[in-house]
Amino acid sequence: MRVSLYRDEGVVLRTQKLGEADRIVTILTRRTGRVRAVAKGVRRTSSRFGARLEPFTHVDLQLHAGRSLDVVTQAETLHPYGEALVSDYPRYTSGMAMLETAEKLTSGEKEPALRQFLLLVGGLRTLADGSHDPRLVLDAYFLRSLAVAGYAPSLDKCARCGAEGVRSFAIVTGGMVCGTCRTPGAASPAPPTVALMVALLRGDWDAADASETRHRTECSGLVAAYLQWHLEHGIRSLQHVERV
Amino acid sequence: MYEGVVQRLIDELGLLPGVGPKSAQRIAFHVLAADPVDVKRLAHVLLEVKEKVRFCRICGNVAAEEECRICRDPRRDPHVICVVEESKDVVAIEKTREFRGRYHVLGGAISPIEGVGPDDLRIRELMTRLADGEVTELILATDPNLEGEATATYLARLLKPMGLKVTRLASGLPVGGDLEYADEVTLGRAFEGRRLLDV
Ligand SMILES: [Zn+2]
Ligand SMILES: [Zn+2]
Repeated sequence: MRVSLYRDEGVVLRTQKLGEADRIVTILTRRTGRVRAVAKGVRRTSSRFGARLEPFTHVDLQLHAGRSLDVVTQAETLHPYGEALVSDYPRYTSGMAMLETAEKLTSGEKEPALRQFLLLVGGLRTLADGSHDPRLVLDAYFLRSLAVAGYAPSLDKCARCGAEGVRSFAIVTGGMVCGTCRTPGAASPAPPTVALMVALLRGDWDAADASETRHRTECSGLVAAYLQWHLEHGIRSLQHVERV
Repeated sequence: MYEGVVQRLIDELGLLPGVGPKSAQRIAFHVLAADPVDVKRLAHVLLEVKEKVRFCRICGNVAAEEECRICRDPRRDPHVICVVEESKDVVAIEKTREFRGRYHVLGGAISPIEGVGPDDLRIRELMTRLADGEVTELILATDPNLEGEATATYLARLLKPMGLKVTRLASGLPVGGDLEYADEVTLGRAFEGRRLLDV
């Protein structure tokens, strides 16, 4: 008989009601990748799981592998990121967009995605501790998770020919382009906006925190458009993200 | 797959919330075996409910008339409104007999991942109700789970400039669950010990 119980840690991405009092929880785990599992009785107020299987929670889990869906048999909270996020609407909506992106950028179920998992945990931790503008945290997360998925935008060289001295951002071409490769409709962002994108992609928070609001706004617009273009069905929660 | 109309019945039943393919099949065969009179009564009430029942134009609760029973009741306190997600939450709170004010049914909770934002809920209608200044306290009784909390956060911030007393059902309601599953005693206690939201 094969062993069907396994243990992992993960971040709860999404929950859906199932039947009378159960939920299906989608979890991005450290070792197993994205998992969908049934949490039985979790909607009853007497549930032993309590808030441990709510979105944003970083949990230590024991699961029973099932034929179609796994079943959560134990859950212990490691970090309740949702507690900090839920009382701050802009942070909450930014976090939701991160969860949805993590789900969409991990294409298959149970395909290990350690780097995406680590990025998400790091992103949620930074969002919850309130040390940076949530919009910067979200855009940094978008850029880095796209990079991990193989869609890093080219920012310092032309995405098409590799030439230096780039001035335009062409989503379809894959980032900044030179004057020769510029396609109609490409945006021409302010140089500090491009510098902000570079800083966010590298994790240079000193530079990012020092940026001006108008460049943050322009950066968010470009990053959002770039993300939506790379994800077939787009990120639904993005339109509900509230910018402070 | 079953023949024609049987399969169609299973498919229709399978669209209902909480009914999976196995349950749909079980219900369909129950209907097949049932007395025709019973089935007619069920079919009739299904049609009747769609024809006669609507949503209260004031609070959004299910109603047999233009306004629901609670909004029409002059003995209910017009100064307090309890905001809930669904009509079934009104039923759960009414059972506690703790609350004598009126309700406002949002029609769900903010859920960005499902594409549900503030504009998709009956929040504008709530703001309209508050405009004349008769309401002095608002109790936010959205579900004690993440989406319910986030909806309460959003509302509290929106209501802040209005200078109302805004309260949230006390903890003691275990987090993570649905309000409708809270027992009457727990829910009653949560009402008594509601806390002032300081936003
Ligand atoms: Zn070029
Ligand atoms: Zn009413």
